[in-house]
Amino acid sequence: MYNFEVEKPGTLAEATAAMAGEDAQALGGGQTLIPTLKQRLASPAKLVSLSGVAEMQGISKDGDALRIGGATTHGAVAADGNYPALSALAAQIGDPAVRNRGTIGGSLANNDPAACYPAAALGSGATIITTNREIAADDYFQGMFDTALDEGEIVTAVSFPIPQAANYQKFVQPASRFALVGVFLAKYADGIRVAVTGASNEGVFRWAEAEAALGDDFSASALDGLSVPADNMISDLHGPAAYRAHLVKVMTGRAVTAAG
Amino acid sequence: MTKVTMTVNGKAVSGDVEGRTLLSSFLREDQGLTGTHVGCDTSQCGACVVHVDGAAVKACTMLAAEADGANVDTIEGQSNADGSLNVIQQAFQDHHGLQCGFCTPGMVMSAAALLKDNPKPSETEVREYLEGNICRCTGYHNIVKAIMAASGQDVTAIAAE
Ligand SMILES: Cc1cc2nc3c(=O)[nH]c(=O)nc-3n(C[C@H](O)[C@H](O)[C@H](O)COP(=O)(O)OP(=O)(O)OC[C@H]3O[C@@H](n4cnc5c(N)ncnc54)[C@H](O)[C@@H]3O)c2cc1C
Ligand code: FES
Ligand code: FES
Repeated sequence: MYNFEVEKPGTLAEATAAMAGEDAQALGGGQTLIPTLKQRLASPAKLVSLSGVAEMQGISKDGDALRIGGATTHGAVAADGNYPALSALAAQIGDPAVRNRGTIGGSLANNDPAACYPAAALGSGATIITTNREIAADDYFQGMFDTALDEGEIVTAVSFPIPQAANYQKFVQPASRFALVGVFLAKYADGIRVAVTGASNEGVFRWAEAEAALGDDFSASALDGLSVPADNMISDLHGPAAYRAHLVKVMTGRAVTAAG
Repeated sequence: MTKVTMTVNGKAVSGDVEGRTLLSSFLREDQGLTGTHVGCDTSQCGACVVHVDGAAVKACTMLAAEADGANVDTIEGQSNADGSLNVIQQAFQDHHGLQCGFCTPGMVMSAAALLKDNPKPSETEVREYLEGNICRCTGYHNIVKAIMAASGQDVTAIAAE
């Protein structure tokens, strides 16, 4: 690791001010960033640790939505239970030690193409709340490791509308235990959302055909006639593109059955 | 350099660290507590698990500066007051839960965190909890058995596979 300074603001105002410094970078749980720094793939002058920012901690019900502070750990979300499918997803991220540090804001800012939270945020039509604005999940994810966040912008909270039913199906990549393919499905009064992670070179995406078919008939058999094109799927030693495309349909079917 | 102060195994300690100093380096190199092992240094193996304010974390994936003011527990603090092995450590010995011993500090610290929250875990729960702790020697079976035994459960039915 190249050396850097560490700043530990206690409030959002202090964090925003610290992030304005040259080459400053946010530090969430460090479960992605510290390994990245060890490989010298980043060389910030200053890390702004968000774990002490009071406004970014905690989970609260806000009408029909669940608001999760950006520095809330995966472990805290797993233990919450107000949005059971979301808690179940958080409980499947990494291992207990990773979940005790890693945060929802860090995961969404990073937007790893195989990460779990992007599927939940897109699949729930969540709102990403930052230091500057509110961004709809449909506008937030912009491809592998790319988001709508500007330089220095911090994810302060995420608001999830709580669905009538939902489920996350994760087919784990056997080495990293990230999603080889993960499907998050949620059923709302105004329709079904299906978001897929792990599969595409474009990062997390919505499977519109499945959403329409399931809107007419909420059963796994509604997917029978559909297929996912393999063109833009990830191909690697863990599975070729056609395999991932196939898994998208299989995991979506399982999610429908499990959501009931 | 910045000064950090924390409580390690009940004792107040302090030291000067760089921003990039890992908690694992601070414990091992500044404090001489080499029981916290660094197996991978890439957040995978769990040999470096310690407790920070009661929660299991990978000490190779946390900055020492972030543990400023925290309560840190390491394997060195696990034995009983008279220096004898605590119930988890003793169970690892009784059930042959270690061979080379490299993973053992992390295994014991993870087991302690699990049993604090879940005093009578099922075998499946133990295996799930150890997802981030890798052992190259034992095949895990006797580690799981030791943790089940440490929780006071009868392990005679858990035969070696
Ligand atoms: C062994 C292991 C297994 C894992 N398994 C999984 C898995 O199965 N599924 C999965 O989804 N993830 C997995 N992860 C990744 C884990 O979820 C990380 O916690 C997460 O990707 C990053 O969150 P963090 O808080 O640690 O962020 P950090 O590592 O601190 O930061 C990541 C990036 O986000 C930026 N950032 C951090 N917080 C914010 C914020 N609030 N606002 C704006 N930018 C911010 C940082 O500057 C950095 O660029 C795993 C990690 C490890 C080490
Ligand atoms: S040394 Fe920390 S996880 Fe391997
Ligand atoms: S006993 Fe050798 S690595 Fe576990």
